[in-house]
Amino acid sequence: MDEEPGGAGGDDRGHLWQLLAIGAVASAIGIALALAIDWWPTLASEEGAKIDTLYDVLLIVSVPVFVLVVVVVLYCVWRFRMRPGQENLDGPPMHGNTRLEILWTALPAVLLVALCTYAYVVLDDIEDAKGEAPMNVRVVGEQFAWTFFYENPDGGEEISSNRLYLPVDTSVLFHVQSKDVLHDFYVPAFRLKIDAVPGITTNFKATTTDEPGVYDVVCAELCGLGHAVMRQTANVMPQAEYDRWLSEQAAGGGGPVGTGEEPAEGGGADGKAVFTSTETGCGQCHTLEDAGTGGTVGPDLGESLAGKDEAYIRRAIVDPNADVPSGFQPGIMPGNYEDTLTPEEVDALVTYLAGVSE
Amino acid sequence: MSTATLPSSPPSRSRGGLRAPGWPRAALFTLLGVAFSAALSIAVRAAYGYDPTVDSESIVIIGMIATPLFFLVGLGAFDYWFYWAAGRPTRPEDHSSHGAHSWKDYFKVNTDHKVIGIQYVVTSFFFMLIGGLLAMLVRAELAAPGSQFVDPNTYNGLFSVHASLMIFLFIIPVFAGLANYVIPLMIGAPDMAFPRLNALSFWMLPVAGVMMTASFLAPGGSFSTGWTAYAPLSTEVPIGQLFFSIGVQFAGASSIATALNFLVTIITMRAPGMTFWRMPLLVWANFSTSLLVVIATPFVAASQFFVLFDHALGFNFFVPERGGDVLMYQHVFWFYSHPAVYIMMLPGFGIISEILAVKARKPIFGYRMMAFSLLAIVLLGFTVWAHHMFVSGMQSWIRIPMMVTTAIIAVPTGIKIFSWLATLWRGVLRVDTPMLFALGFLTMFTLGGISGVVLAIVPVDIAVSDTYFVVAHIHYVLYGGSMFTIFAGVYYWFPKMTGRMYHEGLGKLHFWSTFIAFNATFAPMHLIGVKGMPRRIADYPEQFAGWNLAISLASFMLGVSTLIFVYNMVASWRGGARASANPWRALTLEWQVSSPPPIFNFDRVPTVVGGPYQYGTPGAVHGTFQPAGDEAARPAAVPASGGG
Repeated sequence: MDEEPGGAGGDDRGHLWQLLAIGAVASAIGIALALAIDWWPTLASEEGAKIDTLYDVLLIVSVPVFVLVVVVVLYCVWRFRMRPGQENLDGPPMHGNTRLEILWTALPAVLLVALCTYAYVVLDDIEDAKGEAPMNVRVVGEQFAWTFFYENPDGGEEISSNRLYLPVDTSVLFHVQSKDVLHDFYVPAFRLKIDAVPGITTNFKATTTDEPGVYDVVCAELCGLGHAVMRQTANVMPQAEYDRWLSEQAAGGGGPVGTGEEPAEGGGADGKAVFTSTETGCGQCHTLEDAGTGGTVGPDLGESLAGKDEAYIRRAIVDPNADVPSGFQPGIMPGNYEDTLTPEEVDALVTYLAGVSE
Repeated sequence: MSTATLPSSPPSRSRGGLRAPGWPRAALFTLLGVAFSAALSIAVRAAYGYDPTVDSESIVIIGMIATPLFFLVGLGAFDYWFYWAAGRPTRPEDHSSHGAHSWKDYFKVNTDHKVIGIQYVVTSFFFMLIGGLLAMLVRAELAAPGSQFVDPNTYNGLFSVHASLMIFLFIIPVFAGLANYVIPLMIGAPDMAFPRLNALSFWMLPVAGVMMTASFLAPGGSFSTGWTAYAPLSTEVPIGQLFFSIGVQFAGASSIATALNFLVTIITMRAPGMTFWRMPLLVWANFSTSLLVVIATPFVAASQFFVLFDHALGFNFFVPERGGDVLMYQHVFWFYSHPAVYIMMLPGFGIISEILAVKARKPIFGYRMMAFSLLAIVLLGFTVWAHHMFVSGMQSWIRIPMMVTTAIIAVPTGIKIFSWLATLWRGVLRVDTPMLFALGFLTMFTLGGISGVVLAIVPVDIAVSDTYFVVAHIHYVLYGGSMFTIFAGVYYWFPKMTGRMYHEGLGKLHFWSTFIAFNATFAPMHLIGVKGMPRRIADYPEQFAGWNLAISLASFMLGVSTLIFVYNMVASWRGGARASANPWRALTLEWQVSSPPPIFNFDRVPTVVGGPYQYGTPGAVHGTFQPAGDEAARPAAVPASGGG
């Protein structure tokens, strides 16, 4: 080499110290910023708390890696950029450095194995049933709705619901199944999800915290036209309230609890309220001017039900594939409304829709 | 599939009209293919007594397989082999279909790797623009909650076709195109090992692209199950799905044939003195990629045949009540599609190595480790596929080993990142457009790699898989990673391929607008993903509205920034300044010949006498054009190849 390149004196050691100082400061700022971001939705499970902590650890480890790469790139552009008069200049012919190369192979390997070990401990922890027999809920996905089944305390037929009710501070084992295609049972507040797979039952366990609350239940695996509207609700409620709901259901009555959607007085449900509620989700797929909904997955009911009688409308609700308007595919609308709605609610819905279709 | 809308060019052989290979004959054969498909379908249905005898869906399915083959025969892709098989006279040294003398030659079956390389690059950018347009429509729909202007079926089709075009018609083939052009030049070969196979490989590509794009015309809409086409949804949706199942077969066959071609070319056609440890890293990268393609691609072909058979022929691969296994699809699919992400990244690694060494005027730091780390990624790449399935309901024990291998694959990747940084250290950096994209790649790909490690950690993956966090990750890897390397490579070899210089100012404008818009588009997706927004949804709750609007606006900027690139390429190709043979003062062999290179690449066979990156060593050369035996004398005849 005839000449030192870079125009900065070529003092490798000086450059390195300067770089390390900038890198350390930038990494500290980067970590602080990353941790300051409010990443997660509301937390509603004990498992989720451990996942959140693990995520914070990953941020603390990985942000400096990114920041250092950026700092080295910017530093090189700043210090080693070609300056006027250096058009024919080359850098020094450095071909490698065995010790450095071993270092940057071994160090990340050790770090990654350590992270994997920690992740394994967390995974084992959140999936361990801890001796206590958990409560069981069977979750069945279909296009495009979830149905939740509970063991009947009176020993009769399973209790079904289109809203997930859970008591606080309880371990729940979900048994997830599918009637048609893949779905994914995802409760963001729990940080947990599992696919619903045709032909097999999949599981995960979640332990509710002692805070009651209302959370989203969504489908996270593309399942067809109504994938986006396959959103329902989880109610985590005090034990006593949950027990009351369960016994009411076992006695064969009662509607949704704690939702302000109690059955209307006079023995009939309000058909319009049933139509627009997030539990049935009718309006998420169907446009109906009277109800103010604008879904486009299914037919506009103002057109497809015009002039139809109550018998036709009832069949269209409980057996949607019996007659599908042209331009729409069969198998899209859930066929579970007879199970998840009470007979009163179906009656109210039929009366309401017949009323607006005249 | 395609019809002849292009003017025919004069036949290269003595016969004329419809008997000569070319577009008129291709149009005729396409019609014959349609007729054949209809006749076969009707005959079989009549023989079985099916009602109705004429079933348009059945004809379309057979047609999608048969018509492209008829088209390729008509175009002339098989002529030589048919003549040879029939014992008719062939001329192995017939170079009439070699080289391009006018733009029309790019629309013919051409056996010149330089013509094929440009055909590949231009075709794949064409489909990139279509795929990008679809992405713009996706973002327009997502700009606000509720339904904007497409129904959910169309929406699902938009993102499915977007991903499929970008993967199978852009990133994979554009790398094959760049390598097609550069690799024979780099190793000192006159062409690829199998030029006719090379031509056939290219012509299968537009077939696949037209098929996937045309799926929007299918009754019931285009395929709408994502590029992953998970069964059993994909076996139940309308016929548009099969445009993907069959389109992938053509793209895959093209990919496999090209990879075999690269392997044979690299192994057998290197110039004298070009040992494996003197090969430029781009050659190493494509060698590694080709190994992946040859081993993995048959699996994606199989997975789509399963879907096709279930869908069209009533097989029960994915019907549990009939002994089918739904999870099996995902295992077969990801056994290809995970290695596929390295197929989409390793050639980019090669491009970056070339550019950084030349633009920093330094040898690649740790050359041998760079080559070994490529091979390590190839090997490890086959042991990580089930990390896409941590929440699929598969047996739970396999998650731990797959987590460890997935994390460990960051080690060879890290070696590459650190070696590139060390290559920059104390260099003399030319920060022009290819270098800007290379540096942009270094930082953005690192971020994508880090979010990849986050996703590898099983408990975190359970929380964020199938959310926008994954969408952010793949776009940092495939856009900030692959796309940036593609831009870098196209700018870098543009003078060699066209003989013209691109416009440097527009190139820099393109980089900065892309870099800013890219981050504004995809960085917020990490956050809304962790917040719980699932991917592939046509509508979303109110809480995500603000971020989605911001993302959509940024994505439109990203779209506009791409147009700067297109304008720069078209305008510079037509009227840019003439490029010299070696505008970057690079040492690798492709720069030691004229721009564009002579029709058979080297008028004299080069002899390789040293490593490809001897920058900083005064007078060092990689190859000489001296007669062998004279190589000890350092020739002053090779212009501008020495160090400072």
